[in-house]
Amino acid sequence: MNVVVGLTARGLLGRRRSLLLVILPVLLLVLAGLTRWASAGSVTDSANLTGGFAMGTLLPLMCLLIGTGVIGPEIDDGSIVYLLAKPLPRRTILFAKLGVGLAAMLVFAVLPVTASAAIAGDEGLQLTAAYGLAALLAGIAYTTLFVALSVLTRNAVIIGLLYALLWETLLGGFVPGIRDVSVRQWALAPAEALLGDNARAWGVESAVTVPVGLSLLAVLVVGATWVAIRRLQTLRLAAAD
Amino acid sequence: MTTIVLDSVSRWYGNVVAVNDVSITVGPGITGLLGPNGAGKSTLISMMGGFLAPSTGTVTLDGGPVWRNPEIYRTIGLVPEPEAMYDMVTARQFLLANARLHGLADAGAAAQRALEVVDMVEPSDRPISTYSKGMKQRIKMATALVHDPSVLLLDEPFNGMDPRQRLHLMDLLTRLAADGRTVLFSSHILEEVEQIAGTIEVLVAGRHAASGDYRRIRRLMTERPHQYTIASTDDRRLAGALIAAGAADGVTVGAGVLAVQTSDWGRFVHALPRVAREQGVRLLEVSPADESLESVFAYLVAR
Repeated sequence: MNVVVGLTARGLLGRRRSLLLVILPVLLLVLAGLTRWASAGSVTDSANLTGGFAMGTLLPLMCLLIGTGVIGPEIDDGSIVYLLAKPLPRRTILFAKLGVGLAAMLVFAVLPVTASAAIAGDEGLQLTAAYGLAALLAGIAYTTLFVALSVLTRNAVIIGLLYALLWETLLGGFVPGIRDVSVRQWALAPAEALLGDNARAWGVESAVTVPVGLSLLAVLVVGATWVAIRRLQTLRLAAAD
Repeated sequence: MTTIVLDSVSRWYGNVVAVNDVSITVGPGITGLLGPNGAGKSTLISMMGGFLAPSTGTVTLDGGPVWRNPEIYRTIGLVPEPEAMYDMVTARQFLLANARLHGLADAGAAAQRALEVVDMVEPSDRPISTYSKGMKQRIKMATALVHDPSVLLLDEPFNGMDPRQRLHLMDLLTRLAADGRTVLFSSHILEEVEQIAGTIEVLVAGRHAASGDYRRIRRLMTERPHQYTIASTDDRRLAGALIAAGAADGVTVGAGVLAVQTSDWGRFVHALPRVAREQGVRLLEVSPADESLESVFAYLVAR
């Protein structure tokens, strides 16, 4: 398992696109600094930045980069055969890859999102804690989802991008029905509960209740992992003959 | 001693049949899987290696299933055709990783031994991305050998090798087979296969076209009917005379071209100029119509 973790981490961080993993969070932190400077640390503005750009766009994008990066390229070029042609249960391989993805997600996505709330403006780190929790939950769900998507289809990046930008960011923000089926809304439910009375004032709202949000997240994570393992067990590796 | 048995195996992708009702038993020694490009060789090897389920039929390794059974990789070493590897690491690191994934007790020694076998010890501390195609091919070979498997499956292993590397690999495969291993490799070049393979299985358009040692396959390929196309000043007269002289089995006249079929190649080439002179026919063009490997294979299928 350690070998798979090592190779995966090198693959994820050794490629040119890993630069994006640094550039995007830095961009967010700069925006957070600007927001603080422009609005004199207003918590509402801080919540707008973190809840909007950070949670809505940056987090799913980062998870897409990471989730597709830990397994997609190897399936595309066929080099995953060196992992699969070993007497290892396929779930071991998937768990190792998922583990690397989740760790990277924590460092490159959850930490910056949490920090941006603290930098842009907060009261006793309440907003920071709430968004940290929401980002962690959403990050786990997104990363697992995109890892599964990479195992299922070679077009994972395109589909994931459409999902993240159209469904989660655009439609999820406005269309009531879709808001109920959105990772972001599910993850925001505990954040809203955590903030109590301040939630409404700062505009941290979820379309679902905490039990519903948490159970849907759990179902998604477990389901995506299960599908990914099943699919990896029967992954077709035939050359273009 | 390990045996792979394919029993009535077919595989299709949508409407396209890649492998059609193939039954082959692969035992110890070297087996060459010969066929033109697109014949289904890679599909067949994928099924033997457990990376593709047959649509119908079964593939077994010493009686046990191959599909969805990662335990077979203790016995099987696989050399895939794609060149992609984890090429940001060095060859030694990659071999070590492969040995650890196999759970070998002394991974370092196993990696060193595999590098020695393919003669890649000296450049093994450079990243794989800096290697030539032939060197990458040898590293692929080393990864397949790191756990000392009793079955070796190689998909087009000679592709991209220079003559010296080719000889080296042929020698290596021969040695591995002499130790009692089961070695199967695919190729579309008869000369490659007949040099080292004890058994040759010919695959054409997904069908198992022929099977046997190289003498039998060579005979099948040379004793087939030959086709010639001829352009002359009087095709009809020449056609009649060739048949009368017993130099041709069949002729087709049409559109300014005379097509001749003969099973006795030597007799035909000697008789043609003589018959033409006797009949006063001038030969404008004589060419063999079907000497490509594809037509040789096509003949084997139609037989």
